[in-house]
Amino acid sequence: MSHIDLTGKFTIHNWPERPEIATQEGRNKLVGLWLFLGGETVLFATLFATYLALKNRVPDSSHPLTQDLYSLPLVFVMTAVLLTSSLTSVYAIHHMRNFNFKGTQLWFAITVLLGLTFLCLEIYEFYHYVTDYGHTFRSSAFGSAYYFLVGTHGAHVAFGLGWITALLIRNAKRGLNLYNAPKYYMASLYWHFIDVVWVFIFSVVYLMGMV
Amino acid sequence: MNAVTAKKGFWGTVWEYLTTTDHKKIAHLYFIGGGFFFVLGGIEALLIRIQLMKAENDFLAAQTFNEMFTMHGTTMIFLAATPLLFAFMNAVVPLQIGARDVAFPFLNALGFWLFFFGGIFLNLSWFFGQVPDAGWTSYASLSMDSSGHGIDFYLIGLQIAGFGTLMSGINFIATIVTMRAPGMSFMRMPMFTWTTFVASGLILFAFPPLTISIFLLMFDRLFGSQFFNVSMGGNTIIWEHLFWIFGHPEVYILILPAFGLFSEIIPTFSRKRLFGYSSMVFATFLIGFLGFMVWAHHMFTVGLGNVANALFAVATMAIAVPTGIKIFNWLFTMWGGSLKITVPMLYALGFIPSFVIGGVTGIMQAVAPLDYQLHDTYFIVAHFHYTIVGGVVFALLAATHFYWPKMFGRMLNERLGYWTFVFFFVGFHMTFFIQHFLGLWGMPRRVYTFLGGQGLDLGNFISSLGAFFMAIGAVILVVNIVLTTVKGKKVTVNDPWGDGRTMDWAISSPPPVYNFKQIPLVRDYDAWWYEKMKGNKELPPSEPLQDIHMPNGSIIPIFISLGLFIAGFGAMYVPSNIVGDGSPWGVVVLVLGLALMFGSMLVRSLRDDLGYYIRKEELEDDVERGGKAI
Repeated sequence: MSHIDLTGKFTIHNWPERPEIATQEGRNKLVGLWLFLGGETVLFATLFATYLALKNRVPDSSHPLTQDLYSLPLVFVMTAVLLTSSLTSVYAIHHMRNFNFKGTQLWFAITVLLGLTFLCLEIYEFYHYVTDYGHTFRSSAFGSAYYFLVGTHGAHVAFGLGWITALLIRNAKRGLNLYNAPKYYMASLYWHFIDVVWVFIFSVVYLMGMV
Repeated sequence: MNAVTAKKGFWGTVWEYLTTTDHKKIAHLYFIGGGFFFVLGGIEALLIRIQLMKAENDFLAAQTFNEMFTMHGTTMIFLAATPLLFAFMNAVVPLQIGARDVAFPFLNALGFWLFFFGGIFLNLSWFFGQVPDAGWTSYASLSMDSSGHGIDFYLIGLQIAGFGTLMSGINFIATIVTMRAPGMSFMRMPMFTWTTFVASGLILFAFPPLTISIFLLMFDRLFGSQFFNVSMGGNTIIWEHLFWIFGHPEVYILILPAFGLFSEIIPTFSRKRLFGYSSMVFATFLIGFLGFMVWAHHMFTVGLGNVANALFAVATMAIAVPTGIKIFNWLFTMWGGSLKITVPMLYALGFIPSFVIGGVTGIMQAVAPLDYQLHDTYFIVAHFHYTIVGGVVFALLAATHFYWPKMFGRMLNERLGYWTFVFFFVGFHMTFFIQHFLGLWGMPRRVYTFLGGQGLDLGNFISSLGAFFMAIGAVILVVNIVLTTVKGKKVTVNDPWGDGRTMDWAISSPPPVYNFKQIPLVRDYDAWWYEKMKGNKELPPSEPLQDIHMPNGSIIPIFISLGLFIAGFGAMYVPSNIVGDGSPWGVVVLVLGLALMFGSMLVRSLRDDLGYYIRKEELEDDVERGGKAI
């Protein structure tokens, strides 16, 4: 392996077409992250299975069920916000590949803001269920399974927000190079995955909860 | 930092191991860590057998006995067998594919330290006097009812160790996909690399269900959730499903690399190419795939219904086909070969009949109606010990002798090796063969004693005697290791067995920190054997001699693992725990531990870690001082 100047200064002219996989480290990370997402898929599949097994399993009829709880307008807004954040992260990666550092940072910052909005809406939703319906993590097996599934997704969103924010801060002075380009790319890939999981939560938990 | 001028002195060495990201040193750590827990699990096994030596014995109290078999099973599976296999994977796989290290050296170190802290966490339960007592399967209906924090130690310890295993699994797949030397196509990969690859795939897809099932039980016990509380709508069968969706692949995670090790040892000492290589690869994949389709055969008696039982019974029997392919391939490899009976080869010869017995009893249990009779008897205990000991442990002992020179640069004493084999092999069959019959005669497993005069006395006595034979074998091995380390002769050649086939035998023993001075060019399956047959003394290089990029060491993996370890104690004593001895301080400790973990991760992320280069000139100096060029 010859020397590759990972942190060297690049210009638009010598910036590789796929900077995220221009180095061995980048290629390793790409494979590693896809594998990790494979494991995460099984993790969420297990959570979905648990949720479906315990859906509407409550101790007595005084407890609210899916039809009583879920409100599709709110969930629709949350879905729209999160899907849009996936789109903005695509823009960020587009700018990264064109060696536009400011564009990268800006669109990732917008992604973070949208993700934060989603998280706030989710917290509001949980708060609403707990205070208005008494539907908590401890009130029934249904409650435990619901909060564990949706909450694990929320925790992944929160982790992703921390991840992207850390990237934005650490690279603010460094600019783009072949050392941090893979980092941006992996964060965006992870972010897309979180989005896909939400699509399943939207369908399996909320839509199927209405029927 | 300079690789050639290594630090001297005891503390220098300790620091080097604490911060290492070198796969060869991590292999040493896994070997020592796994070996320690193997001894611990072995002592627990001995105590179990002493208690069962005679009828109505009172050597162990009933509660202690429950704790003993729980910790024996958990320790052996998670903390001994898996890490010991990881030791050999780390030591050998990068060398077999012609790589300088694994894909993620930092993650590799993190995986080890998570396993280590998880293992320590689990075993601290002995010092707290609250030990897991619901069996290694820890079924929720039983473990929710367990008093004290024993089950919590089990849950949190395994959770921490499990994260480490998952990371190592990802690391090995990525390494094998991206780091192979030029010419090393998939169908030229050595069998041990193949089995590591497939077993890592199983880890990747089997450990997340364990993670979730542990979380479910943890939340129920510590944070007041209702997953397994039937009166609140919960369902304890969820635990059984999730545990076995993990648990069945887990036994293949153990046995596949063991198959891989024997697939290296048998051709080496038959001086003959592995018979049916491509069918071996195919069989490995098939076993891995089917491994996910059979979990409910552990639950035949739960009452899932005849259709479910029939489906899982057939799927289970199907696994005998690829396994049979492997057995016959090994036999045909030896057939007509020029056999050399070394210690590793002895284990291979002992393994084949032993494992076949374990396989056949497995097929017997696959027959669901018969399983109703066999379920929870000593027949089951005999069966899985024939597969795990007769398969995995024999492979580990064989590999210990086989790879010792490559890992530590000295040959283990052969005479002592034979004695270890004799005691272990005889002891193993003495202990477990009779247990088939004890089971058929009606002895249930997991009971702390039995009545005399029921026809069980002699069988149990023989079984216990065999356990001591195995212990003697293990002690001889430890003596062998100590003697070899103190005054064993250093290995000066690359290929101390003389018949090595794969690229790990083409470089010095132990290899230099960069493994290959120049990344080799692979020209055939069994690359090193091919070059030897061509009359070459070295592997052909695929690149000119140039500076080598190496990863930096790091202490951060220990801090990440320590953070999780501390958080685990916090979680155990949160106010909502089921034991009722929690306090708000638990939450504080939990938060502090997680802060340490995430903080360490952040420190790692914020800094540029670019590694360092070993200069071309230093490599040339190395050759002049007697190092090998490749």
